[in-house]
Amino acid sequence: MAAPRIIVVGGGLAGLSAVIKIAEGGGTVDLFSIVPVKRSHSVCAQGGINAAKNLKGEGDTTDQHFDDTIYGGDFLANQTPVKAMCEAAPSIIDLLDRMGVPFNRTPEGLLDFRRFGGTLYHRTAFAGATTGQQLLYALDEQVRRHEADGKVHKYEGWEFLSAIVDSKRTARGIVAMDLRSMALRAFPADAVILATGGIGAIFGKSTNSVVCTGSAQSAVFQQGVCYANGEFIQVHPTSIPGEDKLRLMSESARGEGGRVWVPRKPGDKRNFKQVPEAERFYFLEEWYPKYGNLVPRDVATRAIHKVVYELGLGLDGQAMVYLDLTHIDKATLNRKLEGILEIYEKFVGDDPREVPMKIFPGMHYTMGGIWVDNDQMTNIPGIFAAGECEYQYHGANRLGANSLVSCIHGGFVAGLNSLKYAKSAPAVEGDGGAAAEVARQAEINKELIDNQGNENPFKLWRELGTTMTEHATVIRYNKGLKQADEKILELLDRYNRVNLSDKSQWANTSFAFARQLYNMLELSRTVVLGAILRDESRGAHYKPDVPERNDEKYLKTTKASFTGDVSGPRFEFEAVDTQYLKPRPRRYDAAK
Amino acid sequence: MPIKTVSFEIRRQASPDAPAVWESFELEWRPGMNVISAMMEIAANPRTRDGRETTPITYDSNCLEEICGSCAMRINGRARMACSALIGNLEQPIKLEPLSKFPLIRDLQVDRSVLFQNLMAVKAWVPIDGTYDLGAGPRVFPQQQEANYPLSNCISCCCCMEVCPQFNESTGFVGAATIAQVKLFNNHPTGRVLKEERLRALAGDGGVQECGYAQNCVEICPKGIPLTNAISDVGREVVVQKAKDWLRG
Repeated sequence: MAAPRIIVVGGGLAGLSAVIKIAEGGGTVDLFSIVPVKRSHSVCAQGGINAAKNLKGEGDTTDQHFDDTIYGGDFLANQTPVKAMCEAAPSIIDLLDRMGVPFNRTPEGLLDFRRFGGTLYHRTAFAGATTGQQLLYALDEQVRRHEADGKVHKYEGWEFLSAIVDSKRTARGIVAMDLRSMALRAFPADAVILATGGIGAIFGKSTNSVVCTGSAQSAVFQQGVCYANGEFIQVHPTSIPGEDKLRLMSESARGEGGRVWVPRKPGDKRNFKQVPEAERFYFLEEWYPKYGNLVPRDVATRAIHKVVYELGLGLDGQAMVYLDLTHIDKATLNRKLEGILEIYEKFVGDDPREVPMKIFPGMHYTMGGIWVDNDQMTNIPGIFAAGECEYQYHGANRLGANSLVSCIHGGFVAGLNSLKYAKSAPAVEGDGGAAAEVARQAEINKELIDNQGNENPFKLWRELGTTMTEHATVIRYNKGLKQADEKILELLDRYNRVNLSDKSQWANTSFAFARQLYNMLELSRTVVLGAILRDESRGAHYKPDVPERNDEKYLKTTKASFTGDVSGPRFEFEAVDTQYLKPRPRRYDAAK
Repeated sequence: MPIKTVSFEIRRQASPDAPAVWESFELEWRPGMNVISAMMEIAANPRTRDGRETTPITYDSNCLEEICGSCAMRINGRARMACSALIGNLEQPIKLEPLSKFPLIRDLQVDRSVLFQNLMAVKAWVPIDGTYDLGAGPRVFPQQQEANYPLSNCISCCCCMEVCPQFNESTGFVGAATIAQVKLFNNHPTGRVLKEERLRALAGDGGVQECGYAQNCVEICPKGIPLTNAISDVGREVVVQKAKDWLRG
């Protein structure tokens, strides 16, 4: 039998992890990515990667990591896969270390660990403040090695458009578009792994990269793959608002001792140095004495919102608070945080070693995503998903530095299971539906190019982002969410009148963007309608009208299926696997 | 008060074979604007300064935080990342051109895959036995980590190659970025096992000897990587390796 041929879509940490396992296991891989894989969004991860290595004599254990993760996610995550991830994490760190990741070290030459949000242990391994970049490069190098051996073929500059699904509802490959020639092509495969990241672009400006549109997730959703917990969106407490995006300011700044504060007096115009200690409001430390500045992100974000919008204490009356590192010695800052300090310096112009940074929450991470089983397979046999594009590991709120480990672990699990699946998959009949799927995509392309109207896709996108950010991020009201859904329906209608100013068939980026936009619009409905349906507050999903968690009704996974109907997706609730840890109230103002 | 504006001159080319043309744009100024946000603005309203309809600009971009290495272009003649090019620090009209040493695709987008091919040729990786659990990695002291980390910060933007007088078709020079990666992997306790192969890959035509010490690379590198140090260190080792190979016959 020929070696299993597997397609991996997305070349971030999850995708590359899957590729490596498949190549090592005797399969061959076609790897698709919009950008050269080394430029994937994983490079943006800053602070570190969690694993209970217990190298600081604190008695940390994988069980404790598991408990922190489940508790931090407000008990919404299925516990079996999370437990497996936490148990695998220490060996993942060892592996990355063997691959040459330049992790920071202790004087004895061992891995150094720092603190992160939602835990009381030093559990986060890090490479300066560019850990994601360093991890991605290590995996990229290993994939290049397999590429040199002929086990991996990269299709960089190709965009995934859809899965090829045969008459028995089994995946048989993908249709992708060459972003230079705009040509469509079918690629047959025994299994397909999606590792296509988050959906930040749906919110207009976010900390995500340009490619994080959720387009691929939406495409398979529209083909019948279920989408789970779409309403859970993480808003990171500390980002730098920008004209083009919100730039992340890592939680590691607080892990290394950074303090969040505002002057106690509203509208205080004094320079920060003139504000004496007693007149500074370190609100996270006051409200959450045990975790202080290292409460989980949803908690910190809501606290900043409260300080700015309810107490009117934003800096200069604006939506900003201080993130202060100026009390920490410069050598330590340079050794542990240089990467993020440079970002602030380059993009804002102030030196955070001298002046406190001004930050505000920004959309950051997609906890929800493609529904998968414990083997990372979706409800369409042969389609797997791993990394941020799936919903498995973070429940209602992700803890900092858990994303990198979930991407790598999920990628490994998906890679191994795709191989196993491919070896026993039923033989394909005919072309498995490839020609029909190419024809369907060609028709969509033709309609878009021929469209006559007066709408600009980039303007529609801005309107989508404004609506989503206003109604579906930190604070949610059913009324606002309904308005958001009406707005999305309006945008879907106006989408029919998109007129591309560029109708050429060569490196046409607005054409590719317009295709993504349609998928963004469809997917954003699962976020908004899922949020309406979940009438409780849990983790990042917060409704002031129902501020408590309601386990009886909503300790459930939200599962959306596409209908194609204007009424939106069909939703069902699925029981959560809570076999190891009994749900208990989640409070960070006291010991848990 | 009159609206403050920003003006751009952008070199457009519809395809590799099409003629290059310049288009002018005038946009409303906003605080914190960078070159990327200006191009996003043009995409939402693709009209030249004289009101003529045009197409959105094709350019590479992704993270917009100067860490993915995508958006390198020439801005006012200087190779740099468009995301960190803040409008307030630039002389106007702001001139945008594609990198000149790489095959042009369209407008400001070029094909820089040569760097990835070079990295493959020098085996820029640690040859681990496998991804199964083999326990902890080699012990590395903080001093070594601090020496290697800057080299590992290379974002593959290719600015160092763009500004290098020796990086051209006649020399086939691999460029500074690849040589710095050779130093990085030769420094690694396990990566070192391929040291001789890497040095030999840099010993012939297009190898480290092509460097003319113009030092443009280290001056332009957006990540401040000590590229010239890497070139001289690796250059010395290539010479030693050549001598060893010659003596061995």
